[in-house]
Amino acid sequence: MPKLWQVTKLIRSKNSGPFELTFDVIFKDRATYEKVRDAHIINQEWFAKTYQLKPAVVVIINYDAASAIKITIPRPTISGDINDTDVFGGQQYGPLVELEVP
Amino acid sequence: MNEIRVLSATGMLGSGFREETMRRGMALEPHFIGVDSGSTDPGPYYLATGDTHFSDSAYKRDWRLILLAARAAKIPAIVGSACTAGTDSQVERLVRITREIAREEKLGFKLAVIRSEQNKDYLKQKLRAGKITPLANAPKLDAAVIDRSAHIVGMCGIEPFVEALQHGADVVIAGRSSDTSVFSAMPVMKGFNPATVWHAAKILECGAACVVLRKYPDCMFARITNDEFIIEPPNPDYRCDPVSVASHNLYENSTPYELVEPSGVLNTFSARYEALSDRAVRVSGSTFKPADRYTIKLEGAELAGYQSLIIGSVRDPIILRQLDSWLDGLNQAVHDRIVAVFGADVVGKYQYEVRIFGKNATMGRLESETAIGHEVGLLFQVTAQSQELATALMKSVGHMAVHYPVPEWTGLITSIAYPYSPAEITRGPSYRFNMNHVVEPATPLEMFGIEYHTV
Repeated sequence: MPKLWQVTKLIRSKNSGPFELTFDVIFKDRATYEKVRDAHIINQEWFAKTYQLKPAVVVIINYDAASAIKITIPRPTISGDINDTDVFGGQQYGPLVELEVP
Repeated sequence: MNEIRVLSATGMLGSGFREETMRRGMALEPHFIGVDSGSTDPGPYYLATGDTHFSDSAYKRDWRLILLAARAAKIPAIVGSACTAGTDSQVERLVRITREIAREEKLGFKLAVIRSEQNKDYLKQKLRAGKITPLANAPKLDAAVIDRSAHIVGMCGIEPFVEALQHGADVVIAGRSSDTSVFSAMPVMKGFNPATVWHAAKILECGAACVVLRKYPDCMFARITNDEFIIEPPNPDYRCDPVSVASHNLYENSTPYELVEPSGVLNTFSARYEALSDRAVRVSGSTFKPADRYTIKLEGAELAGYQSLIIGSVRDPIILRQLDSWLDGLNQAVHDRIVAVFGADVVGKYQYEVRIFGKNATMGRLESETAIGHEVGLLFQVTAQSQELATALMKSVGHMAVHYPVPEWTGLITSIAYPYSPAEITRGPSYRFNMNHVVEPATPLEMFGIEYHTV
């Protein structure tokens, strides 16, 4: 089974303002996007477990126009607060990279 | 007027663009040049202090080229979120730079200055009246939070820009503004379909970010008509395709389908993206729903404490193989030493934390990878309510840490490599964002003062 990084052209994380963290998974082609989307590999439960959240606060949006899946979660800490590790939120996508996809 | 043309100088004033690209963009006869100058991305420091993300030299380089191009073509130049957070002092800074450029280049124009910093009494009164409501994951807001804030700005919509342009401003410098309002104000003022305009503005606001492969920051150009807009990079080395343009809706947004503005919500769910050539894209089909209530987003920052840091590294395999238990022991010893030196009263007056680079410094408690390499970096962090206390505590931490033993070695060891003398680094004040709320003003202009100057 390929890893997510092998079928995408971009996996990134970024602040969506100081209180939310958003992830973009942009696929290389439409067919693979649809396959991964329809297999629900990226789902609320996986995200909740990985980022230690309640599934209900994980928002997953399939964005067909760009063959992309977007995930938005509450930021683990407010951007730049004294216990924050990543002010831009730019390096929080690591666990997604090696995710196995069909 | 059935088409309005917009040149976006770059994603953020001070980040740069190519002079040649601006020349090419100007040859396409834009009706105005817009540029965003702000972001909350680099954290609360800029809002709290009024310091800027870029240097004066970087702002001046970009702004000079924009002003020269705009004045030569007699079109407005509009900048929003001046110098990072849009505080009054940051607005003043860009006004000063503008005056310097005008003097040096012998330019004359009517300047409008829009201020977005908020009056605390006004906000407390709005809070009492129930006119301030929280957005997602907002911290608790009360009068004390408002009082403690170093600065609070409101993020303006298009209305103050429209007001300034209708007063004949040639150059508009605004405090905190929504990135898109900089680009939407003039087209909406001229009567273009808000749905088309706001979508175009969202694509324009990051400059060349919507191209297939952005190698460096640069300009972007759009032609907007009532029902569609065409986006095409003026730099011949760049190209847009339908996916690159659609993808830009994802960027630093919680959803690609909705963009919330003070005056309404852009919905891109039914948008169509078509290739017009191998480098231009036609976009149509979005909708715009006017808001039931007009709201302005607030941003505030307050002091979180003063910090002292130590950076060090560990290479000894004996220590590394028991790193967690060694650090647990060290942290306990640090606590005991601090109580011994400063008294039991000090507990609760400081926060102490060690971050392990090479283990989990990026993701902290969320890290699932357990392996470490042949060395790790350690970042010791003490936060206290005064710099004196933070530094004093860190001096004890530093000495305790550098000689903390492991059972395998007998005799005094030096267990951490410190690259600096003194080991402790004064970081100074640290801040936090303290609100994520919207306020309902009586009118769209109520929270934003506008002044006009002849430069």
